[in-house]
Amino acid sequence: MAVAVRPALWDMKPPMSQPFSTPPPESFVRTFPSAPSAFFHGILGALSSMFFLVIGGTYIGMGALAHDFNLGAWWLAVSTVLVWAGPAQVILISALGTGAAPIEVAVAVAMSGIRLFPMVVALMPVLRRPNMRLRDMILPTHFTSVSMWVESMRLLPSMPRESRVAFSNGLSVGFMGTATIGGFIGYYLAGGLPPLFAAALLFITPLSFLISTARNARMFMDKLALVIGLVLGSLLTAMQVELDLLWTGIGGGTLAYLIHRLREARAEPQV
Amino acid sequence: MSAATNALWPYLLLVLLGFLPNEIWRIVGLVLVRGLNEDSQVVLWSRAVATAILAGVVAKLILFSTGSLAAIPLSVRVAAAAIGFLVFLVARRSAFAGVAAGEAALLIGGYFFAN
Repeated sequence: MAVAVRPALWDMKPPMSQPFSTPPPESFVRTFPSAPSAFFHGILGALSSMFFLVIGGTYIGMGALAHDFNLGAWWLAVSTVLVWAGPAQVILISALGTGAAPIEVAVAVAMSGIRLFPMVVALMPVLRRPNMRLRDMILPTHFTSVSMWVESMRLLPSMPRESRVAFSNGLSVGFMGTATIGGFIGYYLAGGLPPLFAAALLFITPLSFLISTARNARMFMDKLALVIGLVLGSLLTAMQVELDLLWTGIGGGTLAYLIHRLREARAEPQV
Repeated sequence: MSAATNALWPYLLLVLLGFLPNEIWRIVGLVLVRGLNEDSQVVLWSRAVATAILAGVVAKLILFSTGSLAAIPLSVRVAAAAIGFLVFLVARRSAFAGVAAGEAALLIGGYFFAN
């Protein structure tokens, strides 16, 4: 793997394609008078995003899940702020709740978090501006998640660079606030609802994860990994194999990746 | 264990098993931010693994449900997930339409067939 490690983050230069010295193009659609204004518009952007409903629903479901597994409402709120990744939180809640081995929980969470790595890699060049301090990049790095990433990559390029971090942070605070409040709502609803509606709340998590994973699956390989994961996950759980999530992920994911490589090799002309 | 350790224990697990294993990837991304292509082979493979893990979690939660969801028959849970997914595909990949349809199917099925 060719990875160029830089000695210091603050020494990093922008990619060749977007030199900072170039004057901003005239085509910036949105400009903000100040950083607080950009931050505020970021919050508004989160509340009007389609992710608002998805996050609200997902975390209401997660609140019900946390209630079901006897984890506290405040514990869930802290996990939302610290972990800030729906899949990792669902794995954490269900694994802790069913008494899985700590090492399995940690490895499963770590495997689910790998997708954050390419997102940070792709997002930072969009957020960076000249003479940016490292501490200004810590917060956007922690905030990186599927929802924030998709909306940042969509909205930031139409803004001047000096507004981007503030806007993106506003977006993240809007999403995180929605998630935290949704968690509390789900938690307290789950305790007092008739069983059928409590069941429907619990059903939000797998349903929204199934659908949002399918929506993010653009390549054949992603769809294959989804199908293999569903089948393998069911089989290994039914057979009560230990560390089933790990085998599902590493085995199923590697299988999907290898099939994708084979298909690519066949499609390419013989050299 | 004292009361204080009992109260703090879930938070310690949260940091050790949830926060650190997840946050490490964001920090690695920030450190290695240059020189890695979005469609490099390592990135592709890790995406496949992450997708398969998520699918495994979904299958577990639907097929081996706990709590009040376990009172809904397995056939209703699977059918509701399938209906939600089909509506998502038909409704021009609208996640909201899919989730709403799946939830409606679960409520209706659960009302008539709950154990």
